[in-house]
Amino acid sequence: MLTLLFDGVAYGMLLFILAIGLSVTLGLMNFINLAHGAFAMAGGYTTVLLMQHAGLPFLLCVPLAFVFTALLGALMEATLYRRMYNKPHLDQVLFSIGLTFMAVAGVDYFVGSTQQLVQLPEFLKGRTELWDGALGMGHYRLAIIAVCAVLTVVLQLLLVRTRFGSQLRAAVDNPRVAAGLGIDVNKVFLLTFAMGSGLAGLGGALGAEVLGLDPIFPLKFMIYFLIVVAVGGTSGLTGPLLAALLLGIADVAGKYYVPKLGAFIVYSLMILILLWRPQGLFSRGGK
Amino acid sequence: MNRVALSLSLAAKPRWWEFALWACLLCLPLLLPTHALLISEITVIALFAMSLDLILGYSGIVSLGHAAFFGMGAYSAALFAKHINPDPLLGLAVATAVTALLGAFCSLGILRGSDLTRLMVTLGVALILQELANKLDFITGGADGLQGVVMGPVLGYFEFDLVGQTAAWYTLGITLGVFVLLRQVVVSPFGFSLQAIRDNALRAQAIGIPVHARLISVYTLAAALAGMAGGLQAQTTGFASLDVFGFDRSADVLLMLVIGGTGWLWGGIVGAVVFKTLHSIISAWTPQYWTFWLGLFLVLLMLVGRERLIRPWTWGRRA
Repeated sequence: MLTLLFDGVAYGMLLFILAIGLSVTLGLMNFINLAHGAFAMAGGYTTVLLMQHAGLPFLLCVPLAFVFTALLGALMEATLYRRMYNKPHLDQVLFSIGLTFMAVAGVDYFVGSTQQLVQLPEFLKGRTELWDGALGMGHYRLAIIAVCAVLTVVLQLLLVRTRFGSQLRAAVDNPRVAAGLGIDVNKVFLLTFAMGSGLAGLGGALGAEVLGLDPIFPLKFMIYFLIVVAVGGTSGLTGPLLAALLLGIADVAGKYYVPKLGAFIVYSLMILILLWRPQGLFSRGGK
Repeated sequence: MNRVALSLSLAAKPRWWEFALWACLLCLPLLLPTHALLISEITVIALFAMSLDLILGYSGIVSLGHAAFFGMGAYSAALFAKHINPDPLLGLAVATAVTALLGAFCSLGILRGSDLTRLMVTLGVALILQELANKLDFITGGADGLQGVVMGPVLGYFEFDLVGQTAAWYTLGITLGVFVLLRQVVVSPFGFSLQAIRDNALRAQAIGIPVHARLISVYTLAAALAGMAGGLQAQTTGFASLDVFGFDRSADVLLMLVIGGTGWLWGGIVGAVVFKTLHSIISAWTPQYWTFWLGLFLVLLMLVGRERLIRPWTWGRRA
């Protein structure tokens, strides 16, 4: 029981890190980016390929995955995404589906469609049992929770305490006025997008062992990221964090107790929540 | 006759080229007898795209889960034919009715919320149905699909043959019927009120259009027609499998509609023909990676602007 809860929390934290970039893009730029999972996949594959071909250790690969996907995100934002901000939602949806299809087929072509395995370092492989096995914690999952918790705190501080954070929040509330006050909105958006993509890449790298990594990753988890954002709302970090934890726990528990229903519970729960609170569970009023 | 009524009746009048085009379409199975199966396949997805146009192009509801209704129709038609009665028209009517019920139920989910909420709800419904079809394998055959559907002759006379002549005529006939019906619907006051809701729901409400009732009825109608397309597919191929609910199908039909142009009924037909032709050309060339080129096409199309695709003379100008 406690073990399930623990696994659910680890899963939820991972989903939070994966989805937080999407929440920012959606909340900030009102851009529906279905290709977010592709960035997570890029991070995962960076890690796997660097480990397999360059022989770098896992702990070095994960930060590299962050840097690489952040750069990729910045490049994509500057060349492609920026042009799509003012288009209708339908165009954005189709555009990002197109990107996802390209990423899926491209990875399939260059790396192959098999599931990739991540070789964890020895000290992360163990498992600690507490209270006569009532709570079994995999060390790797423990590490995931720790990393994600630290990241959440850092993000929160970044958003609330720094100059960049206040510029970002100003640009969210009203891009035109923010630009009028001398804030370079384009640069803020670029940095934010890069950051969000980098976090997705980091999540993909960390999650490759837990979630599995193959070319259809972006399609498989797209719905999960969207659930986190849609249920959590796009104002602040708390909503998505709680939504991600809820989703993680519900998914792990659902798959354990009623495996026959599979993902059925999660989807139904999402629809019910959205029917009840269309703006998200934790958002403040309508937007 | 006042001016409003006059302009309404003018819009309702079919143009000469529409008759000509339909005449050509109806002759296709005779002209290209070896491609009859392909013709019925394209017709089915054209009908599917038309049903999506009703909610997307005319009412402005972005749906990523329209395949839910296609799949529901396909499974209902297949199950009905297998267990109850093999008559195709009766089966099609049942499939349409069942899907209409589902659509009416689901329409409650798209009344509130933003585009994102609607995307999530429609996508979620499709995923739930796919999951159900997968798990209820004692009814649906699960991942193996529902096989062994044998259809009776159409109108008790025309047997389904292997080359697909009957199937092509059957699907073309049904689609023509739906087209004529929708041609009337979209230029009726009902159709115009939908476009008003699409352009500005708040103002539409202010001038007295019952927004929720209209959205519910159009969503139900679109769902029923999508179910009809699904039913036709199951009947003509004698098979229903899990991919009828797939995300790819919902995305593909969106793409077709965008290629052909939203907000006019020919859009679905044009889009389906272009899409299928592209598909068969590209996948003959690179079968495994054709989605890459599909994605590239989508990205470029969106960067250029979809409204300019069917207007080549604007390509040189800046957006």
